[in-house]
Amino acid sequence: MIKKFVTLSIGLVSSIVLWAQDDLMKELEASQKPETIYIGQTFKGTRIVNGQSVETKPKGALEFIFSHRFGKINEGAYTLWGLDQAYVRLGFEYGLTDRLGVGIGRSSTDKTYDGFLRYKVARQSTGARNFPVTITAMGTTNIKTSPNEEENPLITFEDRLSYVAQVMIARKFTPNFSVQLTPVFVHRNTVNQDYENNDDFSLGLGARYKITKSMALCGEYYYRLNPMDNTKIPDLYKHYNSIGAGLDIETGGHVFQVLISNSQGMIDRAVIAETDGNVKKGDIRLGFNISRTFQIKKPK
Amino acid sequence: MKKFIVAILVMAPSLVVQAQKYSAESSVVSFFSDGAIEDIAASNAKSMSIFNTTTGDVVFSIPIKDFEFEKSLMKEHFNEKYMETEKFPKATFQGKITGFQSTVTGEQAAKAAGKLTMHGVTKEIELAGTVEFSNGKVMMKSKFLVKLEDYKIAIPQLLWQNIAEEIEVRTEFTYKAQ
Repeated sequence: MIKKFVTLSIGLVSSIVLWAQDDLMKELEASQKPETIYIGQTFKGTRIVNGQSVETKPKGALEFIFSHRFGKINEGAYTLWGLDQAYVRLGFEYGLTDRLGVGIGRSSTDKTYDGFLRYKVARQSTGARNFPVTITAMGTTNIKTSPNEEENPLITFEDRLSYVAQVMIARKFTPNFSVQLTPVFVHRNTVNQDYENNDDFSLGLGARYKITKSMALCGEYYYRLNPMDNTKIPDLYKHYNSIGAGLDIETGGHVFQVLISNSQGMIDRAVIAETDGNVKKGDIRLGFNISRTFQIKKPK
Repeated sequence: MKKFIVAILVMAPSLVVQAQKYSAESSVVSFFSDGAIEDIAASNAKSMSIFNTTTGDVVFSIPIKDFEFEKSLMKEHFNEKYMETEKFPKATFQGKITGFQSTVTGEQAAKAAGKLTMHGVTKEIELAGTVEFSNGKVMMKSKFLVKLEDYKIAIPQLLWQNIAEEIEVRTEFTYKAQ
């Protein structure tokens, strides 16, 4: 009798102990204030393929981006499928705060310098405050420095300038899958007005799908809202919607992006308004972006 | 026999009545990983805990996203690749601490046993630490090793060099009576 009773009590007491811990856990959880959890890392880098992503660099982090685009693959064996030509952009972007970034770059095409500011206006969040998307606004100024004054004394400084304003709106649907919508406005001070617009409007759609923890597939399409009619203009001025696909490979402090695209430019103006590759003819180029992040200032 | 039953009945509610619960007013949970390329250290001051000094029952809740690193990229990788913080936002421990007396002041060695949950995996663990009662406060410290594969924390192959397979975790909690 006593033995049974003791067994029973031991059983009972141990169940009470378990219950007590679960209860204590509930008490702990109840004491936690509801928090806002921000959903970050919507994309691996500040670029989806050619275009910009909602990402900004964290405060004190400096990103160095080295980008390359080769010639058209359909040029064939003579140019080693475009590899003989190489266009380069070197760029830096620095996080002034976790939400405000500043950057500069220089492209070999037309010896163009670009400078930009990028600000994360809103962050996707769950918890106490629910917000469905991350929104980043960005403004860029480009300066073409080729041809230079000696080569063409008629070109003024204003002629060399162009501007880009864009808003990136992205949602990370799952930790692996993100989508971004990007309305973009491009203004070029001086163009050949018979064949080109001073103002171009475009709507970009980009997406990322992570296939492993370190690799992701990315795709991007920019649809021009007011394109010139390609049937009425010479080949040299024909432009197309930009399309690109890439594979992101992340290794420690580096992000490698290997990509194919019909765009040759690596700045938004060139991607949106000056993409010369006709996908239907197979005008595809190979390219890559390599980014390396350095921590200049320690996070708080 | 009757007396025994009575004794149990009297004791059981007294256990509940006298239970003295403490909640953490400050905490530091830190870890250190000795990597071939770079050492990685992080620290978190946002953990919460309740300690019942009468029964020894203790619970901890550690928000993974609040580990702070020397480099922001490390924090990104930690959350995104290793801990999958969006899926598993917290690490918890619930268990029992034994081997201490709440009437003794000064540092005492104690043992904890219970369930550690992180990255969605729960393991029974036992670990050693110290408990110290002084001026109505309780200090609790521990140091233990966590084997990453036990918690299915995969190390991406390209990064196999970067994080040690076993990391050293230290915890320091200061409690005050509820």
